[in-house]
This record gives sequence, C-alpha cells and structure tokens, in this order.
Amino acid sequence: MQIVFIIVSAVTLFAGIQTVSNRNLFHAALYMMLSFLGVAVLYGMLESAFMAATQLLVYIGAISILVIFAIMMTRRLMQATEPAFNSQWQWGGVASMLLFVLFVTVISQVFVVNPNVQGAFFPPAADEAIRNSVVDLGVSFVSADQYVLAFELASVLLLVALVGAIIVARPDVPDNEMEEAVVVEVVESAEMEAELVEVEAAEEEPTEAVPGGH
Amino acid sequence: MNAVPISWYLIVAAALFCIGLYGLLSRRNAVAMLMAVELSLNAVNLNLVAFWRYVDPGRPAGIAWAIFVLTVAAAEAAVGLALVISIYRQRDSVVTEELDVLKY
Repeated sequence: MQIVFIIVSAVTLFAGIQTVSNRNLFHAALYMMLSFLGVAVLYGMLESAFMAATQLLVYIGAISILVIFAIMMTRRLMQATEPAFNSQWQWGGVASMLLFVLFVTVISQVFVVNPNVQGAFFPPAADEAIRNSVVDLGVSFVSADQYVLAFELASVLLLVALVGAIIVARPDVPDNEMEEAVVVEVVESAEMEAELVEVEAAEEEPTEAVPGGH
Repeated sequence: MNAVPISWYLIVAAALFCIGLYGLLSRRNAVAMLMAVELSLNAVNLNLVAFWRYVDPGRPAGIAWAIFVLTVAAAEAAVGLALVISIYRQRDSVVTEELDVLKY
C-alpha cells in the first residue's frame, strides 16, 4: 500500500510540475489530466469512491476539455518563441518553496510532537460507514438541518456561472445591428403572415367552390 | 493493511498546492494560470477527503465540503475561460502582462 501510494503521488507531482513548467500548453493540459487522474487514484485509496468518480467526471471529463478548447482557440500566440514565464518567476518559485517548507514544518511538528494524535493512522474499522457514505452524503445535501441551503446556493451559483459565461463569451453585436435584426425579423414575420393569409384564402376558395358546384 | 499515515497525504497535498501556486505566479498565459489554480483546488480537496477518512469517516462533512469546492471550481473554470476567450477576441492576446487598460 505504501509502495502504491509513493508511486501514485510521484506521478501526480511530476505531472503537476510538468503542468506548470511545460512550454507547450497543450502538453501541459494533458499532464494536468494525468495529475487529476493521480488525485482520483488517491481518492480511491482513501476509500471515497464517490469523490474518485466525481473527479473523473468533472475534472478530467469537463474542466480539462474546457481548458483544451480554450488553448486550441488561443494557441497561435504561444507557438512563438516569446517567453512562457514572466519576469518574476524566480520569486514565485522562492515563495512557493518557502510556503512548502512552512507546510512541512507545521505537519511534522504536529505529528512528531504527538505521533498518536487522533486521526494520524488509518482507522481500521468503519466498513459500514464507508459503505453508507454516499447515501449519507446524499441525505445530508437535502436534509434541512445539514447542507440544504448550501446545496441550493451551489445550484444558483452554477446557473449564474452558466449564464455569465455565455454572456461574456458571446461575440459583441452592436446595438444598431441588433435593432436592424429585430426590424428585419418583424418585417419577415409580417410578410410571412401576409403570405399565410393569402394561402389560407386560396385554400378556402376551392372549399367554398366545391359545395357551390354541387 | 493500509499503513499510510495521514501526514503523507498532507505533504503530497501541500506539494501539489505549492506547485499550483508557482504556476499561478510565474506563467504569462492566462489559460496556464487557470490550470495552475485547478491544481491548487485539487490539493485542497485531497486534504479534505484525507481528513474525512482519517478523522471522521462516519459523517459526510468532509466530502460535502469537497463537493462544494468542486462546484465552485467548475463555475470558476467556466467563467474564467469565457473571460479569456472574450479578452482574446478584443485584444488578440491572452498574455496577462499586456492586459493593462485599467492601469492608465
């Protein structure tokens, strides 16, 4: 289990480093998908099948595709020899290394000072809890004393993001063009109505003529 | 059987977060910056799920929070990429250093 963990996390971190350092943005996006996959395997090792499946669907299935579309629509610029990193990339590296050292210090402080702190090791039992965790999660999303408000707010957030993304990404249509389009539409529909009336009249005539003929 | 202590997960998540932070600080392309943010959000989710499993697997609080983080990440990616496409259409560039209209 430790071997599997080490291999999976090494692949995840390597793919993450490639994501932020590869010059070719398309390759960087593919490495990002590999990194997401590694995190999904770690979710599986944490016995959270629902999170692993959601990671596959949402991150690898949806967000990565969005990113790749964006890269394909804008890639012409990054094919050039212009630099992929800004002028302060060293400082960014130093800052993130310092933050990592800080994280490792805090984590090792907690677990060196008190190695048997609650939750330090994998709880062996709780099979029942794991099996019911998806049901519990679903119930917690709709029960009034847990997360129903946050759940509904999340749905509103997704709707707003959907509408906002469409409005932001839509090509600009100038106002006068918009009005012209509306006018043309109105004229066309008026013409079509006129035609329809004529056709109806033409259809009515023979029906009147037929009983008249007999 | 499962002898991996939680501190390993925390350190992997911390490393992934710092990689994402480095990408956010050093990249020039807005799409690459968004990719780095997604890596960081993944690290946060890994932390949440690890704490859920090791500390309190009986209640769904950790996973529920991770799902909300994931929802916000999806919304952020959609709006962010729409902004990038819109900016690209108007300025013919997605390099963040050249987006300086508001500076003057």
